[in-house]
Amino acid sequence: MENLGLIFAPLFSYKLLIVLFFGTIFGLILGVLPGLGPTTGGALILPFTMTLDPLSAIVLLTAIYCAGTYGGAITAILINTPGTPAAAATCLDGYPLAQKGEAGRALGMATVSSVIGGIASVIVLIFFAPLLANLAYEFGQPEYFALAIFGLTMLASIGEGSPIKNLIAGAFGILISTVGKDFMTSIDRFTFGINELTEGIGFIPVVVGLFAISEMLTQSTLINQIFNRVALKAVKLPSIDDYKKTWKTIIRSSGIGSFIGVLPAEGGTVASLIGYAEAKRWSKKPEDFGKGSIEGIAGAEAANNAATGGAMVPTLALGIPGSATTAVILTGLIIHGVRPGPDLFREQPEFLYGIFGSMLIANILFFVLGFFGAKIFARITLVPNKLLWPMIFAVSVCGTYSLNQSIIDVWLMLLFGVIGFFMRRYGFSVVPVIIGLILGELVEGTLRQSLVIFDGNWLMFLQRPIALTFFVLSLIALSFPLIKRKKKNDKV
Amino acid sequence: MNDVHNEKGTNKSLSLFFKSSFIVSAVIILISSILLYFTFTFDIVPPILNRGIQPATFPKALLILIIALTLLTYFISLKNPWKNEKKLPNSFYITLLSFVVFITVSKFLDFFLGIALLSIIVSYFWGERRVAYLIIVSIIFPLIVFVFFETILGLRFPPGIITNLYYG
Repeated sequence: MENLGLIFAPLFSYKLLIVLFFGTIFGLILGVLPGLGPTTGGALILPFTMTLDPLSAIVLLTAIYCAGTYGGAITAILINTPGTPAAAATCLDGYPLAQKGEAGRALGMATVSSVIGGIASVIVLIFFAPLLANLAYEFGQPEYFALAIFGLTMLASIGEGSPIKNLIAGAFGILISTVGKDFMTSIDRFTFGINELTEGIGFIPVVVGLFAISEMLTQSTLINQIFNRVALKAVKLPSIDDYKKTWKTIIRSSGIGSFIGVLPAEGGTVASLIGYAEAKRWSKKPEDFGKGSIEGIAGAEAANNAATGGAMVPTLALGIPGSATTAVILTGLIIHGVRPGPDLFREQPEFLYGIFGSMLIANILFFVLGFFGAKIFARITLVPNKLLWPMIFAVSVCGTYSLNQSIIDVWLMLLFGVIGFFMRRYGFSVVPVIIGLILGELVEGTLRQSLVIFDGNWLMFLQRPIALTFFVLSLIALSFPLIKRKKKNDKV
Repeated sequence: MNDVHNEKGTNKSLSLFFKSSFIVSAVIILISSILLYFTFTFDIVPPILNRGIQPATFPKALLILIIALTLLTYFISLKNPWKNEKKLPNSFYITLLSFVVFITVSKFLDFFLGIALLSIIVSYFWGERRVAYLIIVSIIFPLIVFVFFETILGLRFPPGIITNLYYG
């Protein structure tokens, strides 16, 4: 608590304020453009962060994360296409309300609820992350293994997709992490005689391929698609009546979003869907949902932005990503030589609280920029795909090449682009691959080290109470989709 | 009459093989099986040096898990079929082909030229016909990116006919 004053440090650093400003603008642009978003944008910007100090680099990435999550709402409301997957639930009521000539009111509510959700989640982050980090001091290798398994089983409940397909994708991600020299024995695995592969497959080629290149291939199938745009005069602040209708929903969704964000692997998409569903369940007028309900917009937007701070909790405290974008932020931390975990809280509080403070400022910045600039940002969607995507390709190729100056990384990026396209086409989410890739080394490393400690006795895992708790939670996470399906079938 | 029944039955079972769930599952299982075979070629650590499990054990377990889950997905798809995907348009195949052009040109001629060629192919076949815009997308923008990465990040791009001119 004695470090709380450090939160305001970014306000006194002109360099961090400039980084925050550009990060927020860039995040808004990425959020507005359908198919891009903070995960792809973060991965594309990662090579550029090498010119910055570690704090500025992470502040840039977190500003992109916060603003990008909000930016998706602008496109969701004006063209009925979510700029980011987390804004999908916002379309349901945002676009119908915009069609009624109230686009400004819809965007105003989206902006206000996003900011409240975002700030609430940063407060959760500030108080909860140090507690979790303290708890992590009790963790040994077996506990970390069990925690990583819990994170992976949570993949089963990502989004609305098939839980089994998500698990297959997660296992594929872990498999990618096994490529290269085995870290314990230096034996080559899946290198096929290619020297460059002995170092393993990097995170950037995979994430840029799975997100940017696969999206480019998806866009190639939609070149004749025409969007119906709703004109926007100006963003309007919600009226007193709107506040009266939505304040409970905003508070509830902020809590839901923060909680879901803290869960490993779950992110804004799940948070917004649950936030929206709960808003409908508690509403006095559930019949208005889907027809332009202001509560629907508030429920979805407060929840998806609240997930940003929540997702940073396990990322910073345990090194377990809370979402796909925090996996990119985690990679940024590692690239800049910062090791997330409990020691980070003890040894570099000014770094951590600098991030917390920057996230708060980013939320205020995107409120101002969103409120006054939504009309301009909405115009970005007018850039035709036939010009936009070749440019994104050029940045993707150069960015991927730049990290290791390896042409193999560029080929891998293209390969993962094609894999990602077919995965999405056949209902496999690409997010679990990213989470699996990030957690893969942790899972294998902690498993093997635990077995050394236990002298090969697997049953010893069950004698560790924290590990056992995570295994039980994993079983619950795995059975949750089955229970959900059974309930759905019973209802039908 | 019997023959007709048999013929219908044959068609039904044949159509099963053309369903996307069958094709996707078969591809995943085939690739996983090939990779599983490769895990048997990994070096084995002598027991005295071995710590925990063999390097091949973890990937083997993962591949078996992927195969088992894929089989499960397939059997579930028999009850709940996957939605039918639309046929892919020509623009998709052209974009895919432009990747091949990029790889070939950047490998044998020049990295920058590869990006420029891909950009012009994609932009043109996605509907852009204005020459000025094609030049912006295929030459001016990649040049800005190239110079930016080269000067700001100190990146050295792979040698090629155009890159060599730039580096003198």
